[in-house]
Amino acid sequence: MDTHHDAGGTLNLRLRLQGITKQYPGCLANDRINLAIEPGEIHALLGENGAGKSTLMKIIYGVTKPDAGQVYWQGNPVTIKDPATARRMGIGMVFQHFSLFETLTVTENIALALGEDAGDLKVLADKIRTVSQRYGMELNPERHIHSLSVGERQRVEIVRCLVQDIQLLILDEPTSVLTPQEVDTLFITLRQLADEGCSILFISHKLKEVQDLCHSATILRAGQVTGDCIPAEAGATNMARMMVGDDTPISTDYPKAEGGEVFLKVHNLSQTTEDPFGINLKNVDFEVRSGEILGVAGVAGNGQEELLAALSGETLEAQAEEILFAGEPAGHLDPKQRRQRGLGFVPEERLGRGAVPEMSLKDNGLLTGFLQGLVSNGFINRVATSQFADKIIDDFNVKTPNQQTAAQSLSGGNLQKFIIGREILQNPKLLVAAHPTWGVDIGAATAIHEALIRLRNDGAAILVISEDIDELFLISDRLCAICNGEISPSKPTQQTSIEEVGRWMTGIFDTETHAVAQESV
Amino acid sequence: MDIDLITNILYAMVRTGTPLLIVALGEMVCEKSGVLNLGQEGMMLMGAVIGFIATLTTGSLLLGFILAILSGVIMSMLFAGIALGLNANQVATGLALTIFGTGLSAFIGADFVGQPIDGLNPYAIPLLSEIPLIGKMLFAQDLIVYLSFGLFAVIYWFFKSSRAGLTVKAVGENPHAANVIGLPVMRTRYLAVAFGGAMAGLAGGYLSLAYTPLWTENMTAGRGWIALALVVFATWRAERIILGAYLFGLASILNLVAQGLGYPVSPNILAMMPYAATVMVLVMLSSNVVKSKMHTPMWLGKPFHPGG
Repeated sequence: MDTHHDAGGTLNLRLRLQGITKQYPGCLANDRINLAIEPGEIHALLGENGAGKSTLMKIIYGVTKPDAGQVYWQGNPVTIKDPATARRMGIGMVFQHFSLFETLTVTENIALALGEDAGDLKVLADKIRTVSQRYGMELNPERHIHSLSVGERQRVEIVRCLVQDIQLLILDEPTSVLTPQEVDTLFITLRQLADEGCSILFISHKLKEVQDLCHSATILRAGQVTGDCIPAEAGATNMARMMVGDDTPISTDYPKAEGGEVFLKVHNLSQTTEDPFGINLKNVDFEVRSGEILGVAGVAGNGQEELLAALSGETLEAQAEEILFAGEPAGHLDPKQRRQRGLGFVPEERLGRGAVPEMSLKDNGLLTGFLQGLVSNGFINRVATSQFADKIIDDFNVKTPNQQTAAQSLSGGNLQKFIIGREILQNPKLLVAAHPTWGVDIGAATAIHEALIRLRNDGAAILVISEDIDELFLISDRLCAICNGEISPSKPTQQTSIEEVGRWMTGIFDTETHAVAQESV
Repeated sequence: MDIDLITNILYAMVRTGTPLLIVALGEMVCEKSGVLNLGQEGMMLMGAVIGFIATLTTGSLLLGFILAILSGVIMSMLFAGIALGLNANQVATGLALTIFGTGLSAFIGADFVGQPIDGLNPYAIPLLSEIPLIGKMLFAQDLIVYLSFGLFAVIYWFFKSSRAGLTVKAVGENPHAANVIGLPVMRTRYLAVAFGGAMAGLAGGYLSLAYTPLWTENMTAGRGWIALALVVFATWRAERIILGAYLFGLASILNLVAQGLGYPVSPNILAMMPYAATVMVLVMLSSNVVKSKMHTPMWLGKPFHPGG
């Protein structure tokens, strides 16, 4: 009787995974994973970076083959040998790093994925228009991908799945690139899809949105399922515990600070970029005080890279007065001269800019630490360099066999701790940090946040540029946003809201008058 | 200048530009798929020598051209096996292919230097070839020149509006994304490389069987290299490649005309002109950065593992 019931239940499931196991050299990515999704269900797959979420969904989408275990589709055992097979079965996937071709149009991109079913491009373009309107995702099929914003590109990926007969839509961290408003729109679309019977597998590490959107959740840690729950009922802390385990501290609140003297002043900074896909900076104007953290929110590709290059000295300013360090013009100074005046810099790319991948941690420490007495008369002081690297590793709890380890063999979180530690140990008067915890697990993120707060309390001016709006609210004393090369006005964190920062991120800067107007109605 | 001279200059311009056009179109297709094959010169020389020997011994021009194309394909597959199959560095492999082809063709062709054959003769299309000025240029050429017109049209259409062309572009721009959406990345690349080899072989065969029906060592005279530069400066667009190839042809002819008229300029300077002129004009054309980037295969020269 029981077995009969089970068989019936299984038949009704859209997708069932049974004992999926995948072993990579030195890492068991998936360990006997079970998962079941019903038709019309929005199912969350929660876990930290490296928990095995990506591997699991690649297995479902046929990009990777499992070593053991069975996939059941609509109750039948299946082998998904490649993405084309998955697509024919009705599985669609929206990747975190979009699989779009920048030089092609929206229609051409979608036609490529559809294969022989694409048919006439004009008919397809009409279909794209119809589908995108039906699900509230406006798209112009004739536009080239490179001219689209990140949010629009994601729509292309989703519409690409929807123009086919789709039964299961997999989304990999879809909100990490969106403004809060865009997230709301996306959720409306996803709910509409689920109501029509499409199953959705929603991969995320953000608890709040999982609670908002998902009917059920499977939580992964270190390749194993650590729990199933109904997110709306299970508390956020419970889910976080299942994600990170019992040993990791989960970050709380940090006291906010006022700051003292202005250290960094950027005044009317304008820049025209040579890169056709780059962003021009327009009259950027802001200040960072000693002893405060200024957070800059914004969706990627809105001028963050250009602003960072201007601050670090990689690009020099037309007028030296456009950037002032403690009142002194600094716009004409090169990176070394700026470091001599107290700048610490954590670039957005960890491997390649923050650290040289093939070089040891010791040598990477020297790369920006050369002003700390590690070099004399052009010769490297081996002993001091070695001590400096050891101090970073000890103070910032970097997990590595020793300081001779190549930077590229560290995990993202450990390497980030090393890079941040390297800058902080030089006692910068100004620290510019880009995406300090991007792709870093919760434990390391908390350690990095605490280090930044300590540095702030010691009196340094800190500028954090991040796409993670929750992180900015957690650690910043003041907030502003960057959109299309322009900087919004800034406000103390307690006096603003996610909604307001979200509007700044879309370029609506006069939120004051906006709010007043609404009140007077 | 009288009209006959201009007519003849135009005729010779197309004829001289044709081998360059063919090899550059082939290389363009290859590079569009993201593979940089620097072995053009070697493949052309192999096509030239094999085609020449085949025609000399059998008397068949058709067989000569077929074997020229085939030797280009074999050479390109040698490249593909190393650069795509074994994921070696494409630049190094391509350079090796040119050095290998130069040496091997000289070795194979050593006994055939200076021997005469009956080359491919022009075939004037009745009536059309009588059109003043451009009639001779377009309609009194040999079959391979007509074929090159067709190849240009087909390749232009292929990238403009065929699905397969779209696939090649996608694979060259981002093979990882292409793989994920189920495009046959490796097959596309092998085919593109093979097509590039076939075109290089054909261009080589044209030199030794039609243009100057002779075999001499290193007879391609750097055309394979000019073709590589041409593809880049033409920003991977067929319509600019044809322009550049004929410009090269024109400059080569004017150089001969100028020498014939006895201008007091060093012949070495004049001999340099076609190369310099082609590169300069194309550099000026490619100054629009955005448009150039739109046509550039972004993954050019980078290896790709389907599994990783």
